[in-house]
Amino acid sequence: MLKTILAAALVSTALAGPAYAACAFRNDVPIKSLTAAFDAWKAVTAAMAECGNVQAELDQEFRRKQPDAFAANPALYQLGGVANGTLTPLLNAGTIRPLDDLVAKYGQNLTPNQLIRIDGRIMAVAMMVNAQHFMYRSDILQELGIQPPKTYDEVLAAAERIRASGKMQHPLGGTFKAGWDLAQEFNNMFLGFGGSFTNANNTPAVNGPAGVRALEMLKRLSTYMDPEYLAADSTAVQRSFQQGRIAMANLWASRAGALDNPAESQVVGKVAMAAAPIAMAGGKPATTLWWDGFVVARNIPDAQADAAFRVAMEGIDEEMVRANNAAAVWLIKGYQPNRLAEGAIQSAMGGAPNYPSTTVMGLMHAAIGEKIADFMTGRRDATQTLADIEASYLVKAREAGLVR
Amino acid sequence: MKPGTFAAFVAPSVVLMILFIAGPLVSVLVQSFYVTRQVFETTTVENCTPGFLAPVCTTEARSRPKQKPGGGVETETVFVGFEAYRLLLQPDAVAAAFAPGGGGFERLLTIDFYKALRFTLTFTLITLPLVIGLGLAIALAVDAAAKRLRGVLIFASLLPFIITPVIGALAIRWLFIGDGILTAALEAILQRDIALFAEGWTIEILMLFYRVWHVAPFAFVVFYAALQTVDQDTLESAIIDGASRTERLRYVVIPHLMPLIVFVALIHLMDSYRVFEEVIGFSSQAHRISLQWLTFSFLMPDETGNRSISRASASSMLTMVGIIILLIPLLMRTWRDHRRKR
Repeated sequence: MLKTILAAALVSTALAGPAYAACAFRNDVPIKSLTAAFDAWKAVTAAMAECGNVQAELDQEFRRKQPDAFAANPALYQLGGVANGTLTPLLNAGTIRPLDDLVAKYGQNLTPNQLIRIDGRIMAVAMMVNAQHFMYRSDILQELGIQPPKTYDEVLAAAERIRASGKMQHPLGGTFKAGWDLAQEFNNMFLGFGGSFTNANNTPAVNGPAGVRALEMLKRLSTYMDPEYLAADSTAVQRSFQQGRIAMANLWASRAGALDNPAESQVVGKVAMAAAPIAMAGGKPATTLWWDGFVVARNIPDAQADAAFRVAMEGIDEEMVRANNAAAVWLIKGYQPNRLAEGAIQSAMGGAPNYPSTTVMGLMHAAIGEKIADFMTGRRDATQTLADIEASYLVKAREAGLVR
Repeated sequence: MKPGTFAAFVAPSVVLMILFIAGPLVSVLVQSFYVTRQVFETTTVENCTPGFLAPVCTTEARSRPKQKPGGGVETETVFVGFEAYRLLLQPDAVAAAFAPGGGGFERLLTIDFYKALRFTLTFTLITLPLVIGLGLAIALAVDAAAKRLRGVLIFASLLPFIITPVIGALAIRWLFIGDGILTAALEAILQRDIALFAEGWTIEILMLFYRVWHVAPFAFVVFYAALQTVDQDTLESAIIDGASRTERLRYVVIPHLMPLIVFVALIHLMDSYRVFEEVIGFSSQAHRISLQWLTFSFLMPDETGNRSISRASASSMLTMVGIIILLIPLLMRTWRDHRRKR
């Protein structure tokens, strides 16, 4: 957590490079935005800054800061960057405004695909999609004559062969950091095994065959990972790839660009992208689709919201995409999918489900994050862990008022 | 002193203590008995998310918080009694664990509260003697060193105490995690793969080591100051009586330092029972958690923006009870000394 705080950076108007053509209008309303700090957001906030009076805060801990900052009156930020999961707390607290009128006024360049509708109203504007998908070192697999794995059983077999070849002791990487990341890996696998998290009345339903199989698969994968895998977040896995220490991983599409960045990567051009592996025969790719995009605060004057939305539109226009085509899998007009986008696109084509922006999912994700490490460290077996998760979910759901 | 004057003198501190200590404590106690929750309604709604080429729209029944007409969401606060404490202490699970075939202590330690309590207690009780012993040893060593060197020695020994706790913990973590330089060095010497952050007990040892390294200078400074006031006449007469170095330490120096040893022990017990920075700095959540971290994790908003205020309050009340129980023996000793002197 701390290192991400340290990684938080401030990009102000002064820092914006002259990489893009100037903004179409002169903004004179001070606008502040709080977003995540990966490459795509750097590109978008830099493009926004050209309009003037924009102060962009990029912080990987944004999910902790946003709910309170938006609940303040007036809100501390006019613009927020969110994804499916981080939209939930803002929706629940009612601190973001519907964007229908602003989209009608300034959103001529948006495609219908970018409009996130909740309950019929546009609550966010998406700019890119993200998904965890399979990345592998094509050079190593080719050298050993291994076909690119399509299923998790093939991933395990490939890992075994790489290990046996003596090339790498720990050929697999994974964002298995205890907490949110590991819970997300479980979600991917659980959905991949055809599970569904809750019943219609919001009671939990993870303690079943799909849950057990998902947990067992995670444990089998972990035997091919560096033993300190419970501390590995996305950045750690990205580094391991860049330094040539792992050969395969299911990693976020937004990290793919960094693997081809010669300034920090030793494996430029050697990492191939593919759909997330399938967990069971006939199943869908074991991953979830995410989007990243903008929301506008409710607790601000309409004039400010107006200016903020216009600035955001400048940030996600065609020019920005042309200049930063490789930074993400953009949803914006003018985007040319390249080889780095293949994994996310194939996962989506394969039918990977969207990660739902619901309270139920949020509570379940938190409960899984709390309890799953006990299974990986061997303190609890699979059914015990799943029972713990259900109990923890129920406590949270009762506290939140979701289950009476 | 006249009672009136006395009252006038203590009034400001009594007011401040009520305002900043008693008030918040009562408030936390009250909050541990109540739960504030949102009011959910189930509606059938249409939601759209991006797909490839076209958006994916689904119409389904979803539970969502009821919005107030003027913005914000409806909430309700209900009295739940000891529910939060029950959720923390899980008496049913404890009873089941100690029933035949229930798994005993091993099962008990998978329940968050007891896991945290176990670590917090071991952490406190193991570091206590080490901090006092090491602090005393450094104080005696510096006291015996040549006068010209003392300034430099004191400065060097104080350095760990000056470092911000989280930063110090992070620094040690980076030295050892993955292929950190010290792990790499150990691997080179021992010719085997070492992963210190893969198992709970190795992280725990690092955390203990870090706390002793960080706090021993505090004990050292206190003891060193006290060593300057040891009665030289008593020491000299002890030497004339033929007392050896250890005997002088045992019968003259330690009794002189005793009130301060109790003081350092008190402070250290209170501090280390609230162990927190180490859990964050070493990212040990998967393996080791402390009571303070448990409270913190309840307070952090979860993925839906919800904070478990009720359970956090209960957890801090229990932490406070724990500190009081730990301090009772030392407080009783101080009280007895106080009575004797009067």
